[in-house]
Amino acid sequence: MRTTITVNGEARALDLDTRTTLLDTLREHLGLPGTKKGCDHGQCGACTVLVNGVRINSCLSLAVMHDGDSVTTIEGIGTPEKLHPLQTAFLTEDAFQCGYCTPGQICSALGMLEEVKQNWPSQETADLTARITLTDDELRERMSGNICRCSAYPQIVAAIKSYAGGAA
Amino acid sequence: MRPFSYERATDAAGAAKAAAEHPNAKFIAGGTNLLDLMKLEIEHPAHLIDIGRLPLAAIEDTADGGLRIGAMVTNSRLAADERVRARYPVLVQAIVAGGSGQLRNKATTGGNLLQRTRCAYFYDTTKPCNKRLPGSGCSALEGLNRNSAILGASQACIATHPSDMAVALSILDAQVEVVSDNSRTIPLEDLHRLPGDTPHIETSLSAGELITAVVLPPPPSGGQVYRKVRDRASYAAGLASVAVAGGRMAFGAVAHKPWRAHLAEAVLAGGGSPSEAIAAELAPARSNGRNQFKIDLLHRLVPVAVETARSQGRGA
Repeated sequence: MRTTITVNGEARALDLDTRTTLLDTLREHLGLPGTKKGCDHGQCGACTVLVNGVRINSCLSLAVMHDGDSVTTIEGIGTPEKLHPLQTAFLTEDAFQCGYCTPGQICSALGMLEEVKQNWPSQETADLTARITLTDDELRERMSGNICRCSAYPQIVAAIKSYAGGAA
Repeated sequence: MRPFSYERATDAAGAAKAAAEHPNAKFIAGGTNLLDLMKLEIEHPAHLIDIGRLPLAAIEDTADGGLRIGAMVTNSRLAADERVRARYPVLVQAIVAGGSGQLRNKATTGGNLLQRTRCAYFYDTTKPCNKRLPGSGCSALEGLNRNSAILGASQACIATHPSDMAVALSILDAQVEVVSDNSRTIPLEDLHRLPGDTPHIETSLSAGELITAVVLPPPPSGGQVYRKVRDRASYAAGLASVAVAGGRMAFGAVAHKPWRAHLAEAVLAGGGSPSEAIAAELAPARSNGRNQFKIDLLHRLVPVAVETARSQGRGA
């Protein structure tokens, strides 16, 4: 089935089996292996990408559902020559060991910070009518859809805080 | 995943018509539950009707002071809506207790209601399950039933409904708007069914009926609270949950449907204590062994939730 998706700013025309997930499209059809396949069932967050600026699990979405959408993967966020400031913060804070979850963590964190900016609540939000403050508890809760099997969580929290503080 | 044909619907009536015309068709919106089940070949539709871009993503004020929530409103956007936060905080608390940020960004209001059980035997295609394969038996009865139902279950099925959102909608007296040849409105409480002898039939919807909106009447007076207990602090299915709004109460993760606790509500309305209320509601509760703790859990959880809601209602 013919599908056109804008990936990292470039329109990509594809002819895909309807069963192809957005994740497999990125990795297997568009040569963008930065987005990782962990569980393939929406439980680990390694496949997180931004679709029209919103973070989703690319493993639980079909490419044909995204005809006309704009997708940002880790390859569209930074390059080895020009790292995104959040990637630099992950390096500075030592926020990974094996690195397999890192692209998903970074895409998820960027989406999450936009959600905070829009004042979306989480289960850590005590006052639903107040402006949200990104406390450590809020940050951990909002990132709970991204699993790190190496358990670099304290450093991931530190890296995101460091970036968010600098970006604010 | 088995092969399927795909079409994108452009209007709700057309989507319902397409579903009625295609044998073994399914609607897909967010897809977060359906695609997971299709990968495991528990669901194997021959045709998918993508309703994700139908113009049903608005939250509108109703004339009586309630809200009409389009079926395609994502869980995230529903929880973020200022009107919902101010008037229906129990709904916000229930939504943000479910799934992860990524899932809530994709999952829709209609899809959340129609998600399927997380019972381990429903997912394990090597084991009997009356819900997945009618007549094959229920493996949970004598098996790993720690997360099984304690209310309204049958010998055919002890699975639970996984939605948090639907528990809150239940006590808000939500109505579900449905289109097909004949459009109709169903009280949320009548949407989901108890398992009986036909646990594979989970709702009162017919083939080709499409949920287009959920309508909330004005909120009841009094405080609102949603409390969920689970094995880890975030991103886990509930072991038991309770929603309270004014004198209304419902439980999640303990039955085949969101469990509106009418017996408990009647005891509270008659001046009984929260402990007496939960005792009345749980009198018919049955365990299958490993899920016995859910009965104890609700006995402890409910009085706390009722007191919290009451103190909020007093402005404390």
